[in-house]
Amino acid sequence: MEAAQALREDTFPKLLARNARVRGDRPAIRHKDLGIWQTWSWAEVYANVRALAASYHALGLERGDTIAIIGANRPKLYWSMMAAQMLGAIPVPVYADAVADEMAYVLEHAQVKLAAVQDQEQVDKILSISDRLHYLKYIAYDWGRGLRDYDHARLRSIEELIQQGRKSLQDKAVSAALDASMAAGKGADTSVILYTSGTTGRSKGVMLSAERCINAATDSVAFDKLNDRDEVLAYLPLAWVGDHYMNYAQGLVAGYCMSCPESAETVQQDLREIGPTFYFAPPRVFESLLTRVMIRMEDASAPKRKMFHYFIGVAKKYGEKILNGESVPLSGRLMYELGNLLVYAPLKNVLGFSRMRVGYTAGEAIGPELFSFYRSLGLNLKQLYGQTEAFLYVTVQPDGQIRADTVGPLAPNVEVKISPEGEVLFKSPGMFLGYFRDEDRTAETLTPDGFIKTGDAGFFEPQSGHLKIIDRAKDVGKLANGDLFPPKYVENKLKFYPNIKEAVAFGDQRDAVTCFINIDITAVGNWAERNNVVYGSYQELAGHPLVYDMIAAHVNEVNRSLAQEPMMAGAQIKRFLILHKELDADDGELTRTQKVRRGFIAERYQPLIDALYNGSQEADISTEVTFEDGRKGMISARVKIRDCDIVPVSARSKAA
Amino acid sequence: MDASVQTKTHNLAKGDTLLAVDNVSLSFGGVKAITDVSFDIKKGEIRAIIGPNGAGKTSMLNVINGFYHPQQGRITFKGETRQKMRPYVAASQGIARTFQNVALFKGMTTLDNIMAGRTLKMNTGFFWQLWRHGPAMREEVEHRHIVEEIIDFLEIQAIRKTPVGKLPYGLQKRVELGRALAMEPELLLLDEPMAGMNLEEKEDMSRFIIDVNTQYGTTIALIEHDISVVMDLSDRVVVLEYGRKIADGTPNQVKNDQTVIDAYLGVPH
Repeated sequence: MEAAQALREDTFPKLLARNARVRGDRPAIRHKDLGIWQTWSWAEVYANVRALAASYHALGLERGDTIAIIGANRPKLYWSMMAAQMLGAIPVPVYADAVADEMAYVLEHAQVKLAAVQDQEQVDKILSISDRLHYLKYIAYDWGRGLRDYDHARLRSIEELIQQGRKSLQDKAVSAALDASMAAGKGADTSVILYTSGTTGRSKGVMLSAERCINAATDSVAFDKLNDRDEVLAYLPLAWVGDHYMNYAQGLVAGYCMSCPESAETVQQDLREIGPTFYFAPPRVFESLLTRVMIRMEDASAPKRKMFHYFIGVAKKYGEKILNGESVPLSGRLMYELGNLLVYAPLKNVLGFSRMRVGYTAGEAIGPELFSFYRSLGLNLKQLYGQTEAFLYVTVQPDGQIRADTVGPLAPNVEVKISPEGEVLFKSPGMFLGYFRDEDRTAETLTPDGFIKTGDAGFFEPQSGHLKIIDRAKDVGKLANGDLFPPKYVENKLKFYPNIKEAVAFGDQRDAVTCFINIDITAVGNWAERNNVVYGSYQELAGHPLVYDMIAAHVNEVNRSLAQEPMMAGAQIKRFLILHKELDADDGELTRTQKVRRGFIAERYQPLIDALYNGSQEADISTEVTFEDGRKGMISARVKIRDCDIVPVSARSKAA
Repeated sequence: MDASVQTKTHNLAKGDTLLAVDNVSLSFGGVKAITDVSFDIKKGEIRAIIGPNGAGKTSMLNVINGFYHPQQGRITFKGETRQKMRPYVAASQGIARTFQNVALFKGMTTLDNIMAGRTLKMNTGFFWQLWRHGPAMREEVEHRHIVEEIIDFLEIQAIRKTPVGKLPYGLQKRVELGRALAMEPELLLLDEPMAGMNLEEKEDMSRFIIDVNTQYGTTIALIEHDISVVMDLSDRVVVLEYGRKIADGTPNQVKNDQTVIDAYLGVPH
């Protein structure tokens, strides 16, 4: 019923008005200020947003104008978005950490007339580029500290704007005009423009319409059974589709409360205090949480440590099965309950996950171990795959069909097809209207029949109907015999082994897949210590026959797993070697964000690649290395090459 | 924020002399730490005291806040001349300070440390405080509010409940500044606020010092070794050498003063 009603409200301000009417006393937004959570109800938010809208209108913001929103998650910035939408203007959230130059591009390209910003830092940034911003008239700020002596000809405090707006709304005519403007808003209008982060070239402004946003959010609210008793912590960048979806759109549709953290550094503590019921984080957040827990457990007293590890073992054995509703022996259930009492519940409490009903992770591949760890504690963590252009969801894992290695079946009302080249194409309820002022690139992204190209290569698993994302489409190659070769897919499979730190796979236009491997010195070093393997250096450990045996076992394991996927069976690794040095960003082998620079590595280690393909058992290589102090030196080594077991085609079909 | 954390002006306008040091000499037995030094600190300015090691800078600060008693000379604070003073009297009159070596209560949290700075402003008796009830509770809420504003001002929300002993040095310095601010001082004495900090921490600290000065109107006297920081921050600079004043003026005047250059670089004899 709730969902049906939401459909009638086809813009976000109308939803806000509905929430103020239906659940005016329920909390809408919280912000921790001076150490205390301040709460605004839906009715209060509605009143504040109306006041702010009246003031923005007085500053000249009209239907169709754009307003930049720059800063961290703060109530007044969210209200600025709603106020702009109430006037029919379009909010453009911008990444707060963007450097002045990037910001200048986005603000000018979006032709923003107004900017609602968080603090002095952002005001300074905008003032420094103001000569390049031809449309910008006023800057409204949330936090006035340090701005007292600034020229206030173009500066306004949002707090004061709300006060002024309140006064002017006492005039019946002003109030009626605002209501009329809100009523005039149509679902087909552009509701928001989200600029992509622009890792490849200039960022693009993705235009999303109100009704599509609301349709998509309504679907997912129903999918995860969210309601106005849910709580979220809004800590993701405003400009990212994830925040706009999870907190803003879903919050307005479902009527739940979002909490804004006190500052970026306090997110962990705030999470614990709020205890959100719905949570979203990229895999690296979960990873760093786990690392922190493990390190702190190492410092705990021996009995506590023993208890922790014992019950984590229990959770590993039974936790996921219990969560998935599979059959578990009674003794297992009892042990799990005991573990919950002693370990899992306190741990979840510390992490702020005690009340979490639904958690999502997306953005990159999550390690199966990591994924299982959280799930085994009883957290309903799921994966989704999406894009800004889709207004987030393309596929999503429903309860009971959770797997680490797929991104799940299609989200409600989404259509997906795979292009002949293997690229994932989709149509979704929330799909974008186009890129703002960029018709060429809009046309490039759409297929003639109206599907959006994701740029990702993927395929549907035949048995389950789950989508698997392999790699960026442009990185996917073909072997000489025509079999698919997705390098990152193979590498990720290898990297999920703790002993393997980095892997680089080759095979495009070749007759087989081969790969370089970097061992993880901490994990392998630890193993060496336990097994009395003596070594003096990374190079020596990397070349040790026992290490080779161990890595070969991992590679064979990966081959077996590849063989089970008909599309990937051709990408089994035929030969590998362990590099004599760690790949390093200082040597240009990795990017600063630790991504492998495939082309550069192929060039630098050409002799090794040749050896991988000409059948030799060893190869000599000498490379220049840069030490941390900037000096350069040469490392020479003789690297051994191992052949691996390829699972033959007959076994392949049997496995399938 | 401005309304509650505000210094009482005592009818002194910006630019009036807040503190005057007249012909002060201080010696420890035969060691003359300070010889016949006079200078003044005006309301609302940032006043730097610089000089080579052992010039008597910290001694000067200790004289100002009443820890040392000069053998000769007078100190006039807010028009009140004194010769002997106890540190707690100085504190209650509105002089707060930070120390060269961080002097926080290591086992206490950031919040409690800053709260300790409010001690002199607490009025309820021991009995009520013991029970943390009635008037004591009401008072604590008020003080907590002011402390929270300082925490917000110094952007240390994330370490509110962390014992300060666990914090990195730069943050400890910031907490110490917070504790001094909690006294709502009229004159804030900072003894090497940036010693041992990295560049980023120095920049942060400089910004906080300027913000304290502009936002709260607090007069600041600081000792600092980083000359570039001093030159950027301060309105006027006093230079001491071997306990004597050798220069006094704006950063530019001092920078070009030959005796100062000699004192820092040395002169051939």
